[in-house]
Amino acid sequence: MASLNILVAVSLAYVALLFGVAFLAERAGMRGRAGWLLRSPLVYTLSLSIYCTAWTFYGAVGYAARSGLEYVTIYLGPSLVMVGWWWILRRLVRIGRSHKVTSIADLISSRYGKSNGLAIVVTLMAVIGVTPYIALQLQSVTASLSIFAAGGQEGLADQGAARAAGFWIAVGLAVFTVLFGTRNLNVNERQHGVVIAVAVEAVVKLVALLAVGAFVVWGIAGGVAETLARIDASDLGTWEMDGSRWAGLTFVSAAAFLCLPRMFQVMVVENDDERHLQIASWAFPLYLMMMSLFVVPIAVIGLDLLPVGSNPDFFVLSLPLSQGQEGLAMLSFLGGFSSATSMVIVATLALSTMVSNHVVMPVFLHLHQGGATQSGDVRNVVIMARRLSILTIIALGYIYYQISGGSSALAAIGLISFAGVAQFLPAMLGGIFWRGATRAGALVGLGIGFVVWVFTMLLPSFGPGAALSVATFDSGLWGIGWLRPQALFGVKGLDPTVHAIFWSLLLNVTGFVSVSLMTFPHPLERLQGAQFVNVFEHSGQTRGWQASVAESEDLMIMTQRILGAREAQRLFQTAAEAQGRGGYLPEPTADFLQQLERELAGSVGGATAHAMISQIVGGTAVSVQDLLAVADESAQILEYSNQLEAKSRELTRTAAQLRDANNKLMQLSDQKDAFLSQISHELRTPMTSIRAFSEILRDTDGLGPMEKSKYANIIHVEAIRLTRLLDDLLDLSVLENGQVTLNQQSGRLVDLLDHAVATAEVSEARPITFRRRRLDETVTLHTDLDRLNQVFINLITNAQKYCSADAPELRIEVSRPGEAVVVDFIDNGSGIPPESRDVMFEKFNRIGAEDGSGAGLGLAICREIMARLGGDVRYLEGTGGTGFRVTLPQSQALAAQ
Amino acid sequence: MGKHVLLVEDEMNIVEAIRFLLSREGWEVDTHSDGASALDVIRDRRPDLVVLDVMLPGRSGFDILEELRGNDDTADLPVLMLTARGQSRDREMAEKAGVSRFMTKPFSNTEVLTAVRDLLYVHGQRT
Repeated sequence: MASLNILVAVSLAYVALLFGVAFLAERAGMRGRAGWLLRSPLVYTLSLSIYCTAWTFYGAVGYAARSGLEYVTIYLGPSLVMVGWWWILRRLVRIGRSHKVTSIADLISSRYGKSNGLAIVVTLMAVIGVTPYIALQLQSVTASLSIFAAGGQEGLADQGAARAAGFWIAVGLAVFTVLFGTRNLNVNERQHGVVIAVAVEAVVKLVALLAVGAFVVWGIAGGVAETLARIDASDLGTWEMDGSRWAGLTFVSAAAFLCLPRMFQVMVVENDDERHLQIASWAFPLYLMMMSLFVVPIAVIGLDLLPVGSNPDFFVLSLPLSQGQEGLAMLSFLGGFSSATSMVIVATLALSTMVSNHVVMPVFLHLHQGGATQSGDVRNVVIMARRLSILTIIALGYIYYQISGGSSALAAIGLISFAGVAQFLPAMLGGIFWRGATRAGALVGLGIGFVVWVFTMLLPSFGPGAALSVATFDSGLWGIGWLRPQALFGVKGLDPTVHAIFWSLLLNVTGFVSVSLMTFPHPLERLQGAQFVNVFEHSGQTRGWQASVAESEDLMIMTQRILGAREAQRLFQTAAEAQGRGGYLPEPTADFLQQLERELAGSVGGATAHAMISQIVGGTAVSVQDLLAVADESAQILEYSNQLEAKSRELTRTAAQLRDANNKLMQLSDQKDAFLSQISHELRTPMTSIRAFSEILRDTDGLGPMEKSKYANIIHVEAIRLTRLLDDLLDLSVLENGQVTLNQQSGRLVDLLDHAVATAEVSEARPITFRRRRLDETVTLHTDLDRLNQVFINLITNAQKYCSADAPELRIEVSRPGEAVVVDFIDNGSGIPPESRDVMFEKFNRIGAEDGSGAGLGLAICREIMARLGGDVRYLEGTGGTGFRVTLPQSQALAAQ
Repeated sequence: MGKHVLLVEDEMNIVEAIRFLLSREGWEVDTHSDGASALDVIRDRRPDLVVLDVMLPGRSGFDILEELRGNDDTADLPVLMLTARGQSRDREMAEKAGVSRFMTKPFSNTEVLTAVRDLLYVHGQRT
């Protein structure tokens, strides 16, 4: 039986070994050597195994012994995250690196406009949420120690001794963590030493668990087949599965994997290379699988071999002890010890960073207004703050351990922690995926989730009558029935854990989303939101400081106090060189201030760094450039909406065009109908006379020669009318289709008019007196004379037909305004009413024509001809009679001169 | 005794032809060539039958027919309508307006005579 002294000695030797490893790694890291190891994906993956604490090392077996395969959910959640949510992790890591995020509180506060209030809330929640977890580690180390001491026969030999042991273990862990985590004065450096130590511990706990498992399977059970048979025989594999519990636990462990401060520390803050995630995405689930491989065999064999009443949480330890395998038991103890210490170290480091950056430093800066520029080293404050934080956090864990009596099952305590930190999930994921998320929404969501978690999970964990009275459990807070901590809103029958997870996260998300929708983010929040959500589009920071007022000297002093003199001088000198200046002080440009803020953020967190620089630079937290960036963003939105509007206008326009086109088509169709109707009428009318009289001639007996001749004449006239109509129609159709070929000739206007008058006079129309001034008509034209003649004849016969005067008279006046030639035909008739003047040039328009001899095509033909000749014919107003003016363009008149 | 027919038509040759045909059958034929005053003339002369062209100067034959049908005195007056447009839509419009008989130009003389005879006979039976 190993004495407690040997155990302590081994533990101390182990710790010394870890120290040595960490020290060597740190030195190698500082000298830039062994980068292949320090920055390898293997180390990264192993450091992720910080997830597997003493809870998983010891507790998984106990969990399996109590609840069967349910322990798998604790491994399932993180595996799902690594495999399926890989893109979320990649985004988190990218954001963490580009913004020098120091913790999950820093991430959330940076995202929501560098709000220190939010950072404080997250920090406090994290401390409270992780405290049970630290207590859990204390409990497991204490218990394992006492089991060892008792030789594995009984659980806790002596309650008092165990408590004392617990205290000393807590003190030991605190010292260990302080030495480990804050030994390094360069607080913003990555903790290579710690990471390597954690990786070593990861190997130790895996080897220890595998060794115990192998011993159990092959040493005790006698082989795989026998082990499987014993598992079959036990009632462990047959325990029924509670679906809601499985889903709830898987989800909450997945959420915790992302949100636990220590996980965030190793996964995001200590990440050297995004590509490590790719390897970790399969390697880490593999590690978890190996960790869980022997859980069931150990549980089954332990239940078989060990006396009833043994704590199944420590089968990993008590089984080898009971078999007299002290060496193996020692290894197992070291595995558990590794799990506990690595968790406590990293968790407290992460928490202490949060506490010092978000609680202590802001308070310190506030108390020392303008203090950042005073001489003295702030780094000491930072380091002290961290050390004190570590002590406080471990003290809190110890107090929780003492209060909760160290009696609860390990798994139950772990779950409380998980559900507590899972409250960060909505604000974190919302922050990196949803630009609409606001600070107020995050605060409300976190607050509600936290309160519900405390009420439904944390306080009840102390047991009925401890933190909450029995009455509260039975009949609700203040006697209000729907405020029962394990049956909120009267929903009973849910497993208490699932109940708490469900309600806390549901209300958390509801509060977060609805308040975010109701509130409007301020500019810095919008900027940070844009950068977090679109981290892959622009990793750089767009906001800038208004630099002119900043004093380089003040900045230098402040930076020295935080980074240390050497580091600060190096930073400033590099910047000065980059700006092309000599000396040590660079121009405080916006770029430099940004760089400086990022460097400081690595030491004291984003919010504090921002506050410190704005203390020197001036209160303008939001610069003109910030506003411009916001304006740019709104401009983009505006542009988008403008584009939409333009699109909509375009559509409206297209619709209007289509409507117009349709109307035009309808008009054309109507015109075509009207035209066909007119043609029909014009053709049928003479046909009617021809048919009627030809039938009369044929059928009527006893017609006199006079009548016969008269009727035959009518037939003849109508036939001519029909022919003329067809001629006109063909003519018009040719003209309208532009198929006409002009026969250009030269000739005198006077000859043309003589010819037209002569043609009109021989027709059978009424006689009309012509008045001409032949002298004016001595103009030579070069045009299609036949066509022009057609126009003249038409106008003259129109006058003959329609002039209403008793003594009809037609004046033909030729004038030459400018170079054009104008021929007016003016009769002494009654003129055309104004409303008809527009339409009379249309086809089939006869005005006041009652003899029906014309088809109403004459003027339409005239207009078409003149258009072809490049001239014009129009109604001439104010003549006292009916007047038409024919205009010939000057080229045609000039051409022949 | 000869019935009284009023012919409203603006095409002089057609007026001449129809007047010749109807007069030979022993009917008294009056003619009128303007659409605008046609209604007054019909009321004035009280014919037994109206032969009505559709395309008249001043007023369309359809309008005249509608007004005739709207008036109690002339609601039953037989109207033979003639059109040169010859589209089925015109026939529909004429029938809607209450035409007694509708014919498309050019018509055969016997058709017109038969139509007038039939209309006058039916009208004579009724009155």
